[in-house]
Order: sequence, then structure tokens, then C-alpha cells
Amino acid sequence: MRKSVFLGALAVAGLAAGGAAAGTLDDVKARGKVNCGTNTGLVGFAAPDANGEWQGFDVAVCRAVAAAVLGDHMAVEFVPTTGRTRFTALASGEIDILSRNTTWTYTRDVDLRFTFIGVNYYDGQGFMVPKSLGVTSAKELDGATVCIQTGTTTELNLADFFRTNNISYEPVPIETNAEGQQQYLAGACDAYTTDVSGLAATRATFEDPTAHVILPEIVSKEPLGPLVRHGDDEWADVVRWTLFALIAAEEYGVTSANIDELAATPTSNPEINRLLGTEGDLGPMLGLPVDWAVKAIKAGGNYGELFEKYIGQNTPIGLARGLNAQWTEGGLLYAPPFR
Amino acid sequence: MTSMTDPPKQTLRLGMLIHDTRYRSLTIQIVVLAVFMLLAAWLISNTIQNLAALGKPISFDFLSSAAQYDINQTLIAYDNQDSHLRAAIVGLLNTLLVAVLGCALATLVGVLVGVLRLSKNWLIARIMAAYVEIFRNVPVLLWVVFAMAILIETLPMPRDFRGEDATASMLLGDSIAITNRGVYVPEPLFARSLGDFPVFGAFGISLDFLAILAVLVGGFATSAAIRRRAERIQNATGTRPTTWHLRLAVIVLSPVALLAALGFHLGYPELRGFNFQGGIHLRNSLLALWLALSFYTAAFIAEIVRAGILAIPKSQTEAATALGLRPHRTMRLVILPQALRVIIPPLISQYLNLTKNSSLAIAVGYMDITGTLGGITLNQTGRELECVLLLMLVYLIISLIISAVMNWYNSRVKLVER
Amino acid sequence: MPGPSFVRREILPERAPPVFASGPVLWLRENLFSTWFNTTLTLLSLGFVWYVFGHTLPWIVQSSWTANSLTECRQQIAASHGPGTSGACWAVIRERYLQLIFGFYPSRLYWRPILAFVLTLAALCPILFTGLPRRLLWLSATAPFFVPWLLWGGSLWGLVAVALGFFLGYVAFRLVTPLVGELGGAIAAGLLPVLWWLFGAGPAAGLMQSILPLGIETVTSRAFGGFMLSITIGIVAITCSLPIGILLALGRQSDLFIVKTICVGFIEFIRGVPLITLLFVASLLLNYFLPPGTDFDIILRVVIMVTLFASAYMAEVIRGGLAALPKGQYEAADALGLDYWKAQRLIIMPQVLKISIPGIVSTFIGVFKDTTLVSIIGLLDPLGFSNAIRADTAWNGIVWELYGFIAAVFFMFCFAMSRYSMYLERKLATEHR
Repeated sequence: MRKSVFLGALAVAGLAAGGAAAGTLDDVKARGKVNCGTNTGLVGFAAPDANGEWQGFDVAVCRAVAAAVLGDHMAVEFVPTTGRTRFTALASGEIDILSRNTTWTYTRDVDLRFTFIGVNYYDGQGFMVPKSLGVTSAKELDGATVCIQTGTTTELNLADFFRTNNISYEPVPIETNAEGQQQYLAGACDAYTTDVSGLAATRATFEDPTAHVILPEIVSKEPLGPLVRHGDDEWADVVRWTLFALIAAEEYGVTSANIDELAATPTSNPEINRLLGTEGDLGPMLGLPVDWAVKAIKAGGNYGELFEKYIGQNTPIGLARGLNAQWTEGGLLYAPPFR
Repeated sequence: MTSMTDPPKQTLRLGMLIHDTRYRSLTIQIVVLAVFMLLAAWLISNTIQNLAALGKPISFDFLSSAAQYDINQTLIAYDNQDSHLRAAIVGLLNTLLVAVLGCALATLVGVLVGVLRLSKNWLIARIMAAYVEIFRNVPVLLWVVFAMAILIETLPMPRDFRGEDATASMLLGDSIAITNRGVYVPEPLFARSLGDFPVFGAFGISLDFLAILAVLVGGFATSAAIRRRAERIQNATGTRPTTWHLRLAVIVLSPVALLAALGFHLGYPELRGFNFQGGIHLRNSLLALWLALSFYTAAFIAEIVRAGILAIPKSQTEAATALGLRPHRTMRLVILPQALRVIIPPLISQYLNLTKNSSLAIAVGYMDITGTLGGITLNQTGRELECVLLLMLVYLIISLIISAVMNWYNSRVKLVER
Repeated sequence: MPGPSFVRREILPERAPPVFASGPVLWLRENLFSTWFNTTLTLLSLGFVWYVFGHTLPWIVQSSWTANSLTECRQQIAASHGPGTSGACWAVIRERYLQLIFGFYPSRLYWRPILAFVLTLAALCPILFTGLPRRLLWLSATAPFFVPWLLWGGSLWGLVAVALGFFLGYVAFRLVTPLVGELGGAIAAGLLPVLWWLFGAGPAAGLMQSILPLGIETVTSRAFGGFMLSITIGIVAITCSLPIGILLALGRQSDLFIVKTICVGFIEFIRGVPLITLLFVASLLLNYFLPPGTDFDIILRVVIMVTLFASAYMAEVIRGGLAALPKGQYEAADALGLDYWKAQRLIIMPQVLKISIPGIVSTFIGVFKDTTLVSIIGLLDPLGFSNAIRADTAWNGIVWELYGFIAAVFFMFCFAMSRYSMYLERKLATEHR
């Protein structure tokens, strides 16, 4: 009997969804929620807290988009995805944005037909080993057992690295970071390989972080960024420029502390004025309100603030800015001009 | 009232299709078939439309492209330049390996526990009952991750075997190493190996093993022939010639001779570099999955065995005793054949369950077919539809084979009703 | 004349039996130390029990309940039980048990799933325990409408609209049967509600809602998690699979070749593949099979696939019940001149369902345990949640406590259900004699 209740509900849901096959932006506005694909749990990047609210660096991107589009950074439905389900969830329209430390690669962009809207974290694959092993370079890992997360680009990079250096290894595939950490700490693998940010985050939670070193070799480029479906440029623009707004805000010194003041009256810097909507009409061009960027930045702060809050030096994870500093400070973050 | 003299004319009216029992079943079937076909057509057309919209027409070309990932446990030669298809076959063989190992251990433990549960020893019976209840009532996925965690956390690492102050040592005169990366046991090696026999040019089967298998089978066949001959003589003359030494010689000596001819020796694992090298490496993932699946399934098998034994009325034993059969012959000729008739069908369906549950390998990173074809290949190529369909097809074929065996057995032991 | 002096004349007072032939000592001798083999077994098992409890009990007891992170836990345990002691950090359960039970369900609405659960149990009671008054069955009939409404919320009119579908079906059956017969009536009774639900129910409910808003806060199924998710999937799948299973079982027994082939094909296909591949279909493929633009969330898709999975097993349980029913019952139904559906409805099914309850309960236990597999496709069931909790910096690295808690809860549920099923089997066995 309960089946029928569901059929009814399904039919209603089906009709509702079937009627609205317009652009994602319109869908999101009509729905009043952004559906955001995220990790099932990755320290610093996405995890539910004790109140059931998702927190983390990847999560913050979705919150900023929700704030920009809907004016409410809590108007996000988080859909936890695994390495296997993430792309299908996006392709099938179940989620609007995938913000799940996903590497921007050629095949994902071209063959799987997604649009990467930018990079929110420049990463690279590295190795972590216990100090007591006495290893100083990844090339000394001949014959070692290496723990590796499946379903990621790291798996292919690892195979490539050992093949090009003509050394052997024993891969131990694992499903989640938590399992990898457990195996590594128990000594079931000699080395743990994943993105350096992940290694640092994992190391930070060890009882004695100083007993482990991250080897100098970075074996791959891992530009991690949010992505959307291919072919919906309006929505891609919204997400892309929301991310750029966060980055530009840091560059121009707009923080969640001073943004109310800066947005109240036009300042002497026209770039800030255009960004915050006190000059020009950039927001309406995107189909958003004038103060879209203000709301996005107020959601959690500018890029730098988010970084410091979730993964920066003062958190247990303690990542340095490195490549993820502003271009003015020797990093790779470079938001195109808002004009 | 009309008396019917002639049968009415056979003109087919529309109403007859429903009301006339001669046509009704046909009508219903045609309607059902039409609805079924429409449903299938609807699903397929939706799929084609959706895939076209995504720009991913169905194609199995990806199977022949290079897999580019490594698999740690491979029963046939494989490296990361081999195709996705070969990776899938490696996975399939791993699935079959853990399924066969699992069924064997589950049967062993299950029978033991089932018998011990009926033991007169109160403590043993209680412990076994507790084992059955605990294992049956907790999800198998939890047992799999539990087993993995126990192996990883409690066993020593290879490093502990090293140096003067080693905290762990190898067993049986340095031949077996139990570490938290798996168990290393000696491997059989042949100094004068016969080489490999290529199958379809894709992989090789070791001729040494084939030869040993052939000699073993031959030995048992000869032994059976000797036994039959002895029985013939016994039937004819009343005295049975002593044959056990001959049969033993046939079974034991010929393989030993073959092994000697092949230059058989054991390759022992030894600690070199980061890991033990040499020997057969039974990885943690295999062990965890194997043990968890076996002990979980064994709890069900124990209940089946117990029910099977309890199903035989005591009068059967009494009747056999009255006929003058000795206890072990009573067991072999009266009790077991009847108990097995009750035990085997559910037992085989437990084997089926175990095989299907082996897909949980994914939780501990054991590279079975779900891990290769349904895991990394699916992930790296983005061909969900093709991969999942192939995966289901493979499991379906395995299941159908097991069911076929079950049906064959059932029809063989079916009671002939009079 | 005095008798022979060796004959005792008075009865001796009864003496207590020797100490090793009575009481606990006899029991020990008979049950534990009857033979040397038994003695060895007893000693071995005593050693085993001692080993297991000796290692786990201290860990369970020397624990911390109040810490706010794993590091703090370790410090507290070291402070109170001496450094180097390994103890359980139950604090994680204290902090997160509500999440492990309810997932992301809004905390101010926890009363709804609790009420729904109690209602479900209450609705099951009249079915499961035949001693209760039959009048309680109305509860069982209405609960399937109220429970989903409580869980998902929304307009009360939606509930009314769905219930109206069943009423329409009943009316159609009553009106059409006299006109074109039982089969036509059945078709009408099946078709009309479906049409109503597809096209009429939504707008009607919306209209009524706009006239007279009546409803409770909507909770999307994404908010479901933890044990609530497992129980919801399990109960919904079993409830929905029962009618499908009955139809499949009847189809499999039927003489109609095509119907039989389709049913056998479906059952064998579902039973031949692991549940995890069906969950892959739910998470990866189901959206491809439906018209472009259709999108319902992953939990509904999982429920659909688990329902299909359960219905194949249910069909086999019902088939067992059909086979166990004495042939005389079928012949009696024929002799009374009942047609197929009437015979099924009035004679066969009531008896078959009754003897199938143990099988249905064990199918439910199986499905309930198998719901843990949804963690593999990224849903946050208890096991999935344990991963998410470990991704919190405070609890990174915690394993045994979470697994232990989850295993204990699963054990509690499944053990209770299997005990019930055994009780029922015994009862049925005596009734049949």
C-alpha cells in the first residue's frame, strides 16, 4: 500500500522536474535551493559538524554561490558523492555544482563533458612516509607498499610515476581517506599517497605529526575546482564569477569584516565598487541582484578568510598558502578584472 | 430452456476474447507481452535519448584501451598497459578465488559449529549459539570492515621482524610470516619447469600444475580400479585381497615421483627492503574478505546443518541398529544420505549468497570484478551503463551456473514418490 | 521369636545423595566434564572466553564519555587510568548519537520519526500477534498513509489525495464488475487510481492546499540518514515488495507461458546479481532509464531498487507458502466454484500469508542488514555516517567505538526480529499438528 504513496510522490516529482528543463539558474531560483555535490567526508574540505551542518573549504564555494543567487548561504542541499557517483550525479542533473576536490583534466572536461569553472585549490600528488623509514625521496620507494585512494587521478599518476622511474611498488587500494589513514598508521603501508593538502590534513590529526614527513617530490598537477554541466553557460558564469569574486575580494582587501562599510557607499577604488555593485550593473548581467558579490563574500568571507578558517595555518590542518596565494604574492590566484 | 442440438457457429466475437476460457489466457498473455514490450521500449528509448543528449553513445570500445592502473593481486599476468578487458578478467578471477576459498572455509566452519551446537557440553553449545546469533544478526559489510581493521591493527608490521630486537618472528622455521600486510607462505617452485600452456594467446596455465593434477586424477582412478577389482574377487571367492598398500603407493608415490622429476622445492619468503619478498602473499584485503564472508556464511550454514541433523528421526538410527549396522555405517549409509538431502539445497544457496556478497570486496580494496570493472574502469572511463551492465551479466552467469548445479543435484536426489 | 539379627527392622533415614551426584556438581560433571574430550573442550572454551573478555572488557570500561575530541579522550584516559592504557572513547557516541540515529533530520522535528516508528510498530502488532483484538487492524490499514506523511511532511491534502486513489479503485471495482465481469473490474480498479495519482492527485491536492492550508513542514529525503535511513529503506521496501512479490509468485505458478517467463526471468535476474550492482543502477543508471529531465533524489531511487530486490526474494517466500498449502485447499476452492482471483483472495492468500510470515520476517532482516550497502554509493547510513564523523578533525582516527555502536544497534534489532520469527515458526508448527 505504501508503494502507491510513493508512486504518487514520484509522479508528482517527475512532473515537477519534467516541466522545468530550462537553464540551471532558473531552476535554482525556482527551487530556492542549490544542490551541491560534495565529499562524503574529507577533513577540512567537507564534513558535517555535530549540528549536522556541512563545513569545509569545498562546501564554502557552494554556500557562496547560494548566497549570490538566492541571498541565503544556508539555501544549499548537500549531496554526498563518492568518487564513483560524483560525475553521474552532475550529468544527470541531480546536483547543480560538484565541489568535491575534483581534478581538472582534459578527459573530464572534453570527454565526460563537464565545464570546470576555475580552480579553488592548486594541489599536487605527494607521498607521506614515517620518518623512521629513513626515506628522503620518492625514488627510494622501490618495492614499497603504497596506500592509494581508488577512483581518483592519483591512481593513474602513481602507476605513471613508478613506470617512468622503472621501480616496483605494491598498491593497496582504499576507499576513503579515513581507511587510508588507519592503514598507514598501523604500518600496513609504507607510504601514503594523495594530494599534498590531503596528506597535510591527515598528518595534522596524528598523535605525533612530527614523526612523519611529506616527501619533496610532487608527482602531478592537481588543480582542484568546482565543475558544472557542459552547455549551460549562464550557470557556469554564475559559479565562475562567484569564485572569482571571492578571490578578487581578497586581492582588493574586501573582507567579511569591512564589507558592509565598503558596500554602503562607493569607495575610491572603482574595481571594488563594480565588484560590490555600488557602481555599474554587473550583477544584473549575470541575472543576479546588484549586491550578489556582497552576499557571496559575506557568506563566509573572501578566499583568504575561507582558507584560514578551514585549512590554513591556524587550523589543525595547517596548510601554507603556497601556490594558492594571490598572484601579487607569488601565487597562482588571479581573478580577471571585474568590468 | 433450449436443448442444444448443434454446437453454435464458431464466429469469433470480441467479447469471447475475455469471456471464453479458450481464448482468455491467450488474450491475457498478449496484453501482458504488449505491456512488457512497451515498457522495455520506453526504457530503452529513454536511455538512448539521454545518452545521446550527453554525447555518450553506447560503445564497448573502451574495453580494448589501456587500463593504466595497477592491480596488486593478479592471478594472470597483468600490467598497467594491458586493456580494461584484461583488468576485468583479473578481477573476475579474484572474485572466483575468494568465492571458492570462502565456500570451502564456510562449509568447514559451518559444519563444525552446527555439530558442536548440538554437543552435550553446555558451554560449547552456548558459545556456538552465541557465535551464530552474533554473526547472523550484524550486517556482513560491518564484518568485512571489522575483519580488515582487526588484521591491520593487531598484527605486527614487517618492520617488527627486522634487526636484533625484533618484536615478531616468523613461524615454522622461518617459512611463514604473518604481518599486517598479509600472510606470506612458501611457494612451490620447479627447477625443471615444463613452462606455460597458452590459452587463447591471452594467458598461460602452468603445465606443471596440469601435470600434477593429471597424475593425481590418474592415481585416484587407478586406486578406484584396484578397489573394484578387489570387490569383484571378494564377490567371487569370498576373500578380499589386501590392497591398501598398493592403492596408497599409486596415490602417493606417483605424484612424489613427478615432483622429484620436476625439481620441486619451496620458495621461502624473506624480508628484503620494505617488504617480505618471495613466497605467496595472501594480502590483507583477501584475508579480511575471506574470513569475514566465511564466518558470516558459516553461521547460516551451521543452522542448516543443525536443522538437517535434527530432521532425521531417531527411529532411523534405531532401525539401522536393529538391522545390525555399525555406528559409522549407520552414519554413512542411513543418516548422511538423508541429512544431505535436506542440507545441500540451502547450502548451495548460501554459496550463491557468499559469491554475491564477495562484491563487498570494494569496502576493503580487494580487486575483484566490482573493484576493477565496476570500480576503477567505470571511474576512469565514465562508461557507467556499459560497465554496470557487464558487471551484472557476469554475476548473473556465475549465479546461473551455481543454480544449474543445484537443480541438477535436486533432481538427482529427489525422492521418487510412489 | 526374635528374627535373624542381620535383618534391619527400622528404615534408615534418607541420606543426601553424594555431592558429585547431585546439584551443581552433577550438572558440571554431566554437562562440562563428562569425558576427557569434553573436559578438553570445556577448558579450551573457558580459555577462549577469558581471552576475549579479558581484552575487550577493560577497553570498554576504561573509557571517556566527556571529551570533545579524540586527543582529549586520550588525555583523559591516560589521566584516570594511567598512561599507556587503551580505552574506548565513547564521547564520540555521546556527541553524535542523535546524528547516527536521525541523520540530518531537523532536531526540532525528531518527534515525527519517533512517532512514525511507534505508529509502525503499533500497526504491525495486530498483524504479528494474533491474540490482539481484530479491531486494531484499522490502525494497520491507515498507518501506511500516516507514516510517510509524518516522515516527509507536506500537505495533509496530499495524503488525502493519495488515499482517495484507493477509494476510487474500490468504487471502480464495485461499479465496473457488474458490467464487464471480475477481470474488467480488476483492470479498472488498477488503472483508475494510477491515472488519478499521475494526473489528478497533484493538482487536486494543490488546489485544496491553496483553499485550506493544512500541513506540516516538509523534510526532503536528503535529510534522512543514520539508522532512520536504514529503517525507512527497510520498512518501505518490505511493505512495497509484498504486493509485488505476491503477484510475481502467482505469475511464476501460473499456466500462462509468457506471464510465467517474464516473472521467472525477473526473479532469477534480481536474485542472480548482488545488491550492490542494483545500487549502482540506482545511483548511476536509473536517471538514464527515465524520460529526460526526470529527477528524483537518490534515496527514492535506492528505495525503488531495494524494493525490486526485496520483491524477488518475497516472491520466493510466497512461492514457498503456496507450495506448502495442501492441495485440498485449491481443490476445495474449485469445488466451491470460485474463480481464480476469488479463490486467491478468499482461500489461498490468507493462509499463504499467514504461513509465510516467518519467511517475510527473515527477508526483512536480510534487507535491513543489506541497507548498510548504501554507504558504498555515498548515502549516509550509519556506516556512511561513521566515515563522515571521522572526517571531522576532532574525531579523525576513531574506528572501534563507531563500528561497535553500529554493530550493537543492528544486533539488537535483528536479534529481536529473528527471535520473533522463531517464536512464530514454533507456533505455526504446533497449530498445524
